[in-house]
Amino acid sequence: MNHDAYDDNYIRGILNSVKSIAMVGASPVNVRPSYFAFKYLAQRGYDMIPVNPGHVGKQLLGKPFVASLTDIGRPVDMIDIFRSSAHIMPVVDEVLTLSPLPKVIWMQLGARDDAAAEKAEAAGIKVVMNRCPKIEYGRLSSEISWMGVNSRTLSSKRAPIPTQGMRLSLNRMSVGGGATAASDRAAKNKSEPT
Amino acid sequence: MTDRLPGFSTLAVHAGAQPDPTTGARVTPIYQTTSFVFNDADHAASLFGLQAFGNIYTRIGNPTTAVLEERMAALEGGTAALAVASGHAAQVVVLQQLLMPGDEFIAARKLYGGSINQFTHAFKSFGWNVAWADPDDIASFERAVTPRTKAIFIESIANPAGSITDIEAIADVARNAGVPLIVDNTLATPYLIRPIDHGADIVVHSLTKFLGGHGNSLGGIIVDGGTFDWSKENKYPMLSEPRPEYHGIRIQETFGNFAFAIACRVLGLRDLGPALSPFNAFMILTGIETLPLRMQKHCENAKAVAEFLAGHPAVASVNYAGLAGDKYNQLARKYAPKGAGAVFTFSLRGGYDAGVSLVSNLKLFSHLANVGDTRSLVIHPASTTHSQLDDDAKVRSGAGPDVVRLSIGIEDKEDLIGDLAQALSA
Repeated sequence: MNHDAYDDNYIRGILNSVKSIAMVGASPVNVRPSYFAFKYLAQRGYDMIPVNPGHVGKQLLGKPFVASLTDIGRPVDMIDIFRSSAHIMPVVDEVLTLSPLPKVIWMQLGARDDAAAEKAEAAGIKVVMNRCPKIEYGRLSSEISWMGVNSRTLSSKRAPIPTQGMRLSLNRMSVGGGATAASDRAAKNKSEPT
Repeated sequence: MTDRLPGFSTLAVHAGAQPDPTTGARVTPIYQTTSFVFNDADHAASLFGLQAFGNIYTRIGNPTTAVLEERMAALEGGTAALAVASGHAAQVVVLQQLLMPGDEFIAARKLYGGSINQFTHAFKSFGWNVAWADPDDIASFERAVTPRTKAIFIESIANPAGSITDIEAIADVARNAGVPLIVDNTLATPYLIRPIDHGADIVVHSLTKFLGGHGNSLGGIIVDGGTFDWSKENKYPMLSEPRPEYHGIRIQETFGNFAFAIACRVLGLRDLGPALSPFNAFMILTGIETLPLRMQKHCENAKAVAEFLAGHPAVASVNYAGLAGDKYNQLARKYAPKGAGAVFTFSLRGGYDAGVSLVSNLKLFSHLANVGDTRSLVIHPASTTHSQLDDDAKVRSGAGPDVVRLSIGIEDKEDLIGDLAQALSA
């Protein structure tokens, strides 16, 4: 897997197939990127689970926080890690103790740990690094086009009108795939997420 | 399996546009509305808090304009774009994100005369200081860098003489200085040159010119290359620091590689206000669909006219990078292999008086202050677009008193040459 530039079909396949997402490092503070992504993915119909030991006993948009992945107590399709690169490996190690294993480990924009990715992939888990699932979902559905963002997709089909909880079609023709050569030039040096 | 990548002409027709979800309209409708109804209070709050994608108010974004933005981002190979009311507005909004009072930016000396005025005079009152450099002398950019330098600004094909800028060499200077390179790509359009592919971080346009292409609508655009890390040093607080107007959001952290376009929208356009009318966005979108066809014809005609003028006894010199012997021909071959554009200058042996006489004798060329129209245009820069510069600055920017500028349209080239021939011999 080339983690510098993902093919759109790889990302599309993941976002189309997963149903439940545990977000490690989810924040209840409504200006944090993790809150944005959590809320958006919940609105698009994903079964979201906030994981953050600092907020156990509280809820995020009606979903109770759990302290750790092992506390979820049911199978999860994808783990979305909102931690900086230095904190990725311990989370991946914890993921690998889960049974059944999740299908996907997703590391947020700015987060990348190639050794952790290799370990997860050796266990049969798909890995995405340095991407945001909210941005990728918005891009592949073209919902992000409202913001003048280059979705790098085309479609001659009539678009649905997004409503609360509705999953959008991601099945558009890709213009540039994940190979955004120019935009990935600076990606490796991006600042750490929180 | 990877999808085949659509070509430039396909993007020019399709990028950003799809049938309207409500009506099925195939052409992008003109959403001539100021405001958009929220689903509920939470939706409204999410939109205002930048948590959700959607429309609020046409000063911040509009569905017709958004199609234009995505199309331009696709054509330039950028991550996102923001359309504004004019090319001048684009420059104000870009620099507002980058400069604080007392900061500096370096600009190429060869620029559109209006940009020279804007940088020299209007921006001085904001405390933004311009340092001029010579695009033919890369070292002059290096020498102009100071600790307060926040950006470098150049034109890809430069006004008024259509000279070609060595974008990659200046991009190296910008990278070494840790500042973004802004390229005004108006005269080239992405059909001829894509500056981001050559190391630019931000591209701006006057859409009024070749992109709209028909001389009927003003517009400007900012394209984010997605290439610059705004948080690496603490030089760009608009992008890297918590924004009080959005309860502490950090723009780059939240929006990743299209953060600059978002900053321009939610901090620049929202607060400064130079929004593009949806009607103009529609007109420009329609123009862009035929951009590749028009640019081919513009360039073919321009080369034929330049060759004619170069062989005419009344003409002292022709500055067109598409001519084999031109000073910029090597750079044109590298950066603009499909054509060197359609705006260029020539000088007459008869000097200022011959220039004035030529302009008044032309019957097909229109004498006006624009370029990039379907119609062929002529102007005498020294008395119009560059008239506010002093004599020395006129000559240095390529707009001396004997210089006439042409913008070649898409008429039959024989008719353009015939008009020039009769005007030169009149």
